[in-house]
Amino acid sequence: MSSIVPRGKTPPLAADDLPQAVKILVAGGFGTGKTTLVSTISEITPFHTEETLTRASIGIDDTSGVELKATTTVAMDFGRITLRDRLDLFLFGTPGQDRFWFMWDELAAGALCAVVLVDTRRLPVSFPSIDYFERRRLPFVVAVNSFSGSRAYPVETVRAALDLNPDVPVVMCDARQRRSVKDLLISALEHALAIEERAAAREKTS
Amino acid sequence: MSDSDWVDDGPLVRPYALVRGRTRARHDVFDLVAFVVALVDTLQGWIHIEPEHTRLLILCRKPVSVSELSAGTNLPIGVVRVLLGDLLDMGAIRVREPSERPSPQLIREVLTGLRAL
Ligand SMILES: Nc1nc2c(ncn2[C@@H]2O[C@H](COP(=O)(O)OP(=O)(O)O)[C@@H](O)[C@H]2O)c(=O)[nH]1
Ligand SMILES: [Mg+2]
Repeated sequence: MSSIVPRGKTPPLAADDLPQAVKILVAGGFGTGKTTLVSTISEITPFHTEETLTRASIGIDDTSGVELKATTTVAMDFGRITLRDRLDLFLFGTPGQDRFWFMWDELAAGALCAVVLVDTRRLPVSFPSIDYFERRRLPFVVAVNSFSGSRAYPVETVRAALDLNPDVPVVMCDARQRRSVKDLLISALEHALAIEERAAAREKTS
Repeated sequence: MSDSDWVDDGPLVRPYALVRGRTRARHDVFDLVAFVVALVDTLQGWIHIEPEHTRLLILCRKPVSVSELSAGTNLPIGVVRVLLGDLLDMGAIRVREPSERPSPQLIREVLTGLRAL
């Protein structure tokens, strides 16, 4: 590659004048409302982006290069909300299927917290998401999406069925309602903040 | 959306030919939510410039996230990262990475912003 550096214009922005980004993950099994939730609150048309699974990206050391024939793309939903000047919140709907765990790791890195959507008619489809965030110790809340035709169960019944840690909030939500989604994200952040503050207090006393 | 909508097992020869089999960017700085902005108007004077480099440069005249660059160019994230790495090497862009571990202060700022929506 050429080594001639083009004479660019004066940099228009210092690095920290660039927006700061934070992210929240939206997980849950298929059909639990992830795509709906992201589009309800996003100010941009939710994008659909893709990552390609190659041997390299799943961590297998392969010196023979990329296997062009064997690529698989994984699509993700994402949306963005401008919170204030130069502070942007991104929402990522996590891809399903076990073979995409490597993508979850990337999404979870540096995330503030997560929301796990559940449909009471099909709770087990959301079990892997819960297991994942527990293992990863990423603060999460469970959102019971209110689908028409589903019986309304008390929150405590859902909590017991999911075998949740007592401090994990379980909240009702309608992924189609902006207000409801906003309240859900606030609960998730308050939960994450409480955990961070407890950790900070422990660090001080020890 | 069904399970199979997530995957497309078709070949992706073009994007990977574009980055000549390079699957990993030399720079580990392009998080999905990293923001990028152009520092130059054109890539004149450089060799090995693909049209996609220029497309990316145009898209980041205003600060834009890596995810949106992928969506905006229809290129997989991995390919966008490699191309952005080239642009970074050329001094054509600047990047801001998200913080690795959000501080309580940052979470509070996000809460304030969300409540005000
Ligand atoms: N009644 C009701 N339907 C919903 C709700 N959220 C999503 N849906 C519907 O459920 C279906 C699956 O939602 P989708 O967002 O695609 O789920 P995903 O697979 O998790 O992305 C769609 O037809 C939505 O319109 C909700 O809160 N209430
Ligand atoms: Mg979906």
